[in-house]
Amino acid sequence: MSQVLSVTPSSQAESLISIRALSYRYYASSRYVLNNVNLEIQKGEVVVIAGKSGSGKSTLLRAINGLIPHQHSGDYSGKVIVDGLEVLSAKMSELATKVGYIFQNPENQIFMFSVERDIAFGLENLSFKTPDIREKVDWALNTLGIRDLALRAPHELSDGQKQRVAIAGSIIMGQKILIFDEPTSLLDPYTASNVIRIIKNLHDDLGITILIVEHRLDLVSQIANRIIVLDEGKIVFDGEPRQVMYSSNLSVHGVTEPTIIRTTKLLDPGATGPGKSYPLTTHELAHELRKQVPRIGVFQKGSHEFGTNR
Amino acid sequence: MNLEQIAESAPLSENVDSVVRFTNVDYSHPNGVPALRGISVEFKKGELVGILGANGAGKSTLVRHINGILKPTHGSVEVFGESTKNTSAAKLSRRVGIVFQNPNNQLFAQSVKSEIEFGLRNFGFDDELVRQRTDWALNTFSLIEYSNRAPMELSGGEKKRLCNALVLAWDPDIVILDEPTVGQDSEQKERLAQLVKLLLSEQKTIILVSHDMEFLWPLQPRMILMSGGKILADGTAQQVVRDRVSFSHANILAPQLVELFTELGDLGRFPADEFEARDKIRLQMTAAKEK
Ligand SMILES: Nc1ncnc2c1ncn2[C@@H]1O[C@H](COP(=O)(O)OP(=O)(O)OP(=O)(O)O)[C@@H](O)[C@H]1O
Ligand SMILES: Nc1ncnc2c1ncn2[C@@H]1O[C@H](COP(=O)(O)OP(=O)(O)O)[C@@H](O)[C@H]1O
Ligand SMILES: [Mg+2]
Ligand SMILES: [Mg+2]
Repeated sequence: MSQVLSVTPSSQAESLISIRALSYRYYASSRYVLNNVNLEIQKGEVVVIAGKSGSGKSTLLRAINGLIPHQHSGDYSGKVIVDGLEVLSAKMSELATKVGYIFQNPENQIFMFSVERDIAFGLENLSFKTPDIREKVDWALNTLGIRDLALRAPHELSDGQKQRVAIAGSIIMGQKILIFDEPTSLLDPYTASNVIRIIKNLHDDLGITILIVEHRLDLVSQIANRIIVLDEGKIVFDGEPRQVMYSSNLSVHGVTEPTIIRTTKLLDPGATGPGKSYPLTTHELAHELRKQVPRIGVFQKGSHEFGTNR
Repeated sequence: MNLEQIAESAPLSENVDSVVRFTNVDYSHPNGVPALRGISVEFKKGELVGILGANGAGKSTLVRHINGILKPTHGSVEVFGESTKNTSAAKLSRRVGIVFQNPNNQLFAQSVKSEIEFGLRNFGFDDELVRQRTDWALNTFSLIEYSNRAPMELSGGEKKRLCNALVLAWDPDIVILDEPTVGQDSEQKERLAQLVKLLLSEQKTIILVSHDMEFLWPLQPRMILMSGGKILADGTAQQVVRDRVSFSHANILAPQLVELFTELGDLGRFPADEFEARDKIRLQMTAAKEK
């Protein structure tokens, strides 16, 4: 029923991340959580991973940063290669210089006495010079809008504030691959779209390759070049955002379709199938509606005051 | 006296259904951070309330006052007519169920099933009821297959689901869910929305703290916007989404359908879901063609 739309060229030699026939079962689990996953990610991609709760998204990320198999025991087969290193045989410390990981639960990641010490911790560990650290920490505090929290104790923050601290500490490390596990789940909508913009800038300005697990596709569909949908440990969709969102009913696979996509599909039941340019944002749908019926009185060009362009 | 004056002069009968009342509540954390400033608000029986606002606005702090885990620094909070100063959180929790934002604060048992049973035993349910309610909760939240799993080994979304299940199991009169949709897939969100409607039909008071506007909007709740420890706006969903100044102060973005219809210049009642949106658009199109 579901098709795999592959956009990745098969020149596997150059892939930055290469996953071949990966299967994994946690020690305590009766079933395989990843089932024969094959995935090639090229340098400079922005890949969004979506899927049901429990479909294996976080597990897949852990298999890329090495937490699996190095910190979790279980049955592991297949091969994962990250920037030339085979994850199974590489040292965690070596992998950590290549892959940055932002945990799903920020509390797994913050533990120092103050927010700024927490953000600086990773760089201090890598023996960066103090002025360099200062500069980077300042940048991160400003970028994430948490300057006024710098001296607060991290465990005394609201959950969304903690999440921002965790993100700040990770994006200054300088790795060429950054993996975000539901980075906006605790953020208010404005801050969430800001963080998505920051992630896009990291990609555009520094060429960082990005993987994000995100449920709210309306937030990320415009910065991603690719959406992957996992279901029961298998990749069931892999393609450009527009293609994936209009190729079938994603809710079958537990993915909430953005309201605008659902509305478009209702208005035009033929709006499924690859190749056409169906709207992704409210702005695009409004444009489409005005084009179809230019004479509709009320449907004048509005002010689009919210300006979020989701 | 005209009708409006009569309504205004009759607060007593209106307050009969009030289950929670905050009067001039200030709260500062032990470290001195002020989190609530002069909050006065009332929640009624059978009401659905969505609380939205920026990170650090004070939403979680506010709802933690309702089951008495936090007590106001100044002012008072009354729940079912009784000040929380005189009751314990343990006692209030039987009628005020709260699911915390962070599931790790709520999970400690060895298995999913015993996690749910624990709360029920704690509140003195007899064995038969414990069994019934546990079954109901495991079923309703699709947790049967996880019954014997260790809660701490569940995925983030599964933990959240378990927390929702264990609190609803003991059937509280006031249900407070702090970010219930985090990590939930489309099916779970749909079930949650259905459950909210069911609980409303049973006259429960439901308070949803959520950044997930696309989840809240179709439920058309009373919406409260918070920022800097204060309430910025309080009204029906339709009213509040028109208050753009409060919206931007509270770091909130409009629902996609409100954005769409605003851009189309159609500022009447905004459609709550995609079906209403389709019908509205079709109507406009037919009207335009007939002209
Ligand atoms: N345990 C704590 N100790 C001290 N200050 C705290 C504590 N928890 C929260 N705060 C502070 O209280 C204020 C309100 O926090 P609260 O958790 O109520 O925010 P919130 O609106 O729920 O935010 P979020 O959307 O991030 O969950 C913030 O300034 C926060 O930093
Ligand atoms: N440490 C663990 N031990 C055993 N099972 C786990 C562990 N972490 C996750 N799982 C299980 O593996 C499955 C996939 O989990 P996960 O990758 O976290 O899902 P997702 O991120 O897609 O929600 C779930 O059924 C979950 O319960
Ligand atoms: Mg996960
Ligand atoms: Mg909170």
